[in-house]
Formats: sequence, structure tokens, C-alpha cells
Amino acid sequence: MALNRTDVEKIAHLARLQIDENDVPEYATNLSNILDLISQMQSIDTSDVEPLAHPLDAVQRLRADSITEENQREHLQTVAPSVESGLFLVPKVIE
Amino acid sequence: MEWETVIGLEIHAQLATNTKIFSGASTAFGAEANTQACAVDLALPGTLPVFNESALRMAVMFGTAIDAEIGKVSVFDRKNYFYPDLPKGYQTSQLFYPIVGEGHIDIELEDGSTKRVGVTRAHLEEDAGKSLHEEFASQTGIDLNRAGTPLLEIVSEPDMRSAEEAVAYVKKIHALVTNLGICDGNMAEGSFRCDCNVSVRYKGEELGNRTETKNINSFRFIEKAIKGEVERQIDILEDGGRITQETRLYDADKDETRSMRSKEEANDYRYFPCPDLLPIVIDDEYIDAIRKALPELPDVRRTRFVDTYQLSAYDAGVLSAYKPLSDFFETVATISTDAKLSVNWVMGELSKHLNQHDTDIKNSPVSAQQLGGLLQRIKDNTISGNIAKKVFEAMWNEGGSADEIIEAKGLKQVTDTGAIEKIVDEVIANNQKQVDQYTAAEPDKRGKMIGFFMGQVMKASGGKANPGQVQGMMKQKLDALC
Repeated sequence: MALNRTDVEKIAHLARLQIDENDVPEYATNLSNILDLISQMQSIDTSDVEPLAHPLDAVQRLRADSITEENQREHLQTVAPSVESGLFLVPKVIE
Repeated sequence: MEWETVIGLEIHAQLATNTKIFSGASTAFGAEANTQACAVDLALPGTLPVFNESALRMAVMFGTAIDAEIGKVSVFDRKNYFYPDLPKGYQTSQLFYPIVGEGHIDIELEDGSTKRVGVTRAHLEEDAGKSLHEEFASQTGIDLNRAGTPLLEIVSEPDMRSAEEAVAYVKKIHALVTNLGICDGNMAEGSFRCDCNVSVRYKGEELGNRTETKNINSFRFIEKAIKGEVERQIDILEDGGRITQETRLYDADKDETRSMRSKEEANDYRYFPCPDLLPIVIDDEYIDAIRKALPELPDVRRTRFVDTYQLSAYDAGVLSAYKPLSDFFETVATISTDAKLSVNWVMGELSKHLNQHDTDIKNSPVSAQQLGGLLQRIKDNTISGNIAKKVFEAMWNEGGSADEIIEAKGLKQVTDTGAIEKIVDEVIANNQKQVDQYTAAEPDKRGKMIGFFMGQVMKASGGKANPGQVQGMMKQKLDALC
């Protein structure tokens, strides 16, 4: 399966990646190669194989439902670029 | 050709856990911004999610209550999209292996029949934070207190054919989750939200393009939003247009839906299994224990109310739908030993006051004990029903037991024959004209005329004279003059 320029630009946009236009052909080739490898794998008969959700052979451990985290807002917001009235400020987003 | 409406619903119920789905931060509503957002909720590097056992238990409770298949192995997936109130850049959700599989809910329709609505699935996911666009000129404020609050997303089959059916379904799910105690059901605070997928088609034809309407936060708005959307779609189709598959927002102020974003554009979520979380594995023993411990469900209680208290189907339906209301009613009925009187007061005077003051039954200033005590005094003829309304009013505003209020305000019903006779005699003496009319009237007309004298006596006694006694005595005395 060959990806074209539009596909690469769309994927980059969805991942919010800024890419250099000159690199697009190379990305297209590399991503297409990955998809080719996947379609090669798709041709394997897996009807007898249980789906695997996680490579580790373990199950999720559970946490008791009790509050362990206290308010650390001042501390946690020291890394934020912009803060006001306890809120994180980001560039205006309108739906 | 006749149009047919097709509705499927997605309900997001916030689970009533103490802490977030993947962190130990509190989920309490109304805290100061970002004081309940810990490092995990903020998606700081190096943090890992750990799944909350209560969220799992509550999801399984819901599944067993709707007779659904429970996923013995369920898996969290990442739903990728960028929005500032979702700091990780993905929502942890369940796509391929949800915790709750196919189940069903029976709804009662207005004509008294029952309809089964399929539940496709219910899965666990995390809520996002809140974006505040209004407060700042060129920036958006982000409050992440809600980020990571556990949600159960309940997805229905497109089985509903009218706005009324959709509302009946939502009310049923609402009653179920609040009765199970897994969601507080507060729609105004966003604990229980509903997205409506609506399409129309000619009866018997293939499904039309659908729209999804979000942001609906009351039962009434669900009905209005669906009706408006159906009308809009039929208008477009009848004018030869086509429906765009899109997400729409309901604007309650204008009572209309408007386009938010087209679905094609927003749909590329690139789901994949979350590598930070292992599969959740539960066994039959775990599921059976939860099934056995389920509380009485609303449908069962409704039947019991009809059988035990001889309530009408309507009263039983309303009272059984909300656990705090059911409990309140049962306490009142037990204390007053009169179910009929209790249901009249709970559904009447009490509900009227709660609505007027926009108060939930849980915060009612009049407790079930107080109301039960008041009804006892009606039962034993200490006060009449009308006086009881005054006592109730005082109870609501100032508190106190029925006995205290009756005593303090001197509202005890007068049953002393001598005292009543004195008033009756006075009324007869002071209204010679009406007495003459009475004695001159045909005997079969007199029954109606006695109302005037009754009114005068009740007025003179301040409403406290026992109406039954007054009527008997007045009739006897007037008839003796004829």
C-alpha cells in the first residue's frame, strides 16, 4: 500500500507534527514500507490464535478507591507557562 | 409515505467513586480549580495509571442489572485526539473489549405497553477536564479537576422510534444507575449526560444519515432537542436536500440544534490498546457475588409498591424510579399506616414544595418522620386535611414536629360537641335570611344549601371545627326548623 503526500500530511496533522515539506517523499516511502510489512503479516492465518492485548503475560492490578493525592496545585503549576486564578491558560480554543 | 424516526442514545454516567479512574485524586464536585488534579491526571512524564477497583465493580453492577454479558477480559484502548482539556492527547477508553456487552432495558410506553430496548455495550472511560472560554480575552482557562473521573458510557441500539420513547429509556437508565448507587444522576452538574443519534427514513426503508446531538442536560431538553432535530431533518429531505452526518449542539435558550463539527473530519481517533494498562480479568465468582448483592431494582420495587400499597401504576412508577423518594415514601407510609394518604401527600404537597424551591428530596426541609407524624394527626382526627396543609407549611419554613406546631399554633380540631353547637347556633341566629330560604326550599334542594352554613361555621372556628360533626349537627338543627 503506497501512501501519498496528502496521507502523510494528514497523519502529521492528526499527530500535531510539524514536518519539512522536503521530507514528505521519504516519510511516504518509509510509512508505506511499514504498511507493506503489516499486510504481509495480515496474510498469516491467525484463526486459532487468541488475540493479545498486551505483550506481558499479566493482568491489571487494582487500586483501592481511597484518596491518596492531596492538593499540590501550587507545586504542579510551577511548570506551567501561564496560570491565572488556579486555571492553566492556553491559546484560545473555540469549537 | 410515512416518516419514521430512528433514535439511538449514548449516555455518559459519572461513576460515584471517591477517586479518579486511574489516580487517587478526589472526584468531589465543586472544588477550587485544579486542586483535585494530580500528576497522573495532568499526564506528567513518568506517571502511570492504576485502575480503580470501585469503577470496575460499579460497571459490573450495571452489566448484571441489565442482564448483559460481562467481559471477563476487558481491555483499555487509547482514543487519540488533541484538546487542551485532555492533557495526555488521548482518552483512555474501551473499544474492542468493553466491560459490559449486550444487554437490554424494558421501557413502559404511554399506552401501558412495554418495549424492549437493546443496550449494545457499556464501557469504562475517563472524563476530560473543563475549558473555560469566556473568562479570558485571548486565552482559554483549563480546569482539570474533572479529568480522569470515571465514566460508564452506555450505548443503546437504534431501537427507539420517538422522542417519548427516548426519554422513557433515559429515565429508566437514570433510575437504574441512581438506584444501584453507581451514579448520583445529577444532570445539572453533568454527572449524567446524554448524546442523541437521530435519523429519519420512510417507514421500512434503509436507515438515513444521522446526526449526533450533544450537550443535553435535562429530560425535557432531550425530548425537545429530538423533536426539533426530527423536524429539521424532515424539512431538509422534503425539500430534496440530504442530511449531513455531523455533531450538533443543543441550545436550550433558543430551543434548536446547531452544527458543531462534521463527523468525517473528527472521526479519525486511531484507537489502539493502551500499553500502560494490562487486561482486566475477572471470574464468574466475582460476577456472581456482585449479582447476588444487587439492591432492589426499580422495576421490582414498582411491582412491589403496586402489590403492597395498592398504588396506581403511575404513582408506583414515579415513586420507585428514585431511591431517595422511594425510601421517603415507605417511611411515611410506615409511620402513618396509611399508604393512600402518604402517596397523596408525597406526590402532592411535598412534591409541589420541592418543585417550587427547586430542591431534591434528599434535602427536603420536612423529613419523612415529620410528614409521617403529621399524617398520624390527620388519621386520628386531631386536625383536618386543610389545617394539615398549614402545619406542613410551618414545618417546611420553621421546622418542628406536627404535635409541636399544632400545640403552638392552637390548631387542634374542635370535636367538643358543646363548643361546636355554640357556633352552629350563632350562625343560625345571625343568618335569618338564609335560614328562611332553607326552610322554604323543597327538601331535595336543601342538601346543597347547607354548604353556606358549613362555610360560616368553619370560618367562625378558624377551620378547626370537625367538618363531619358540623355537617350532622347543622342539618339536624335546620331540619328541626322546617
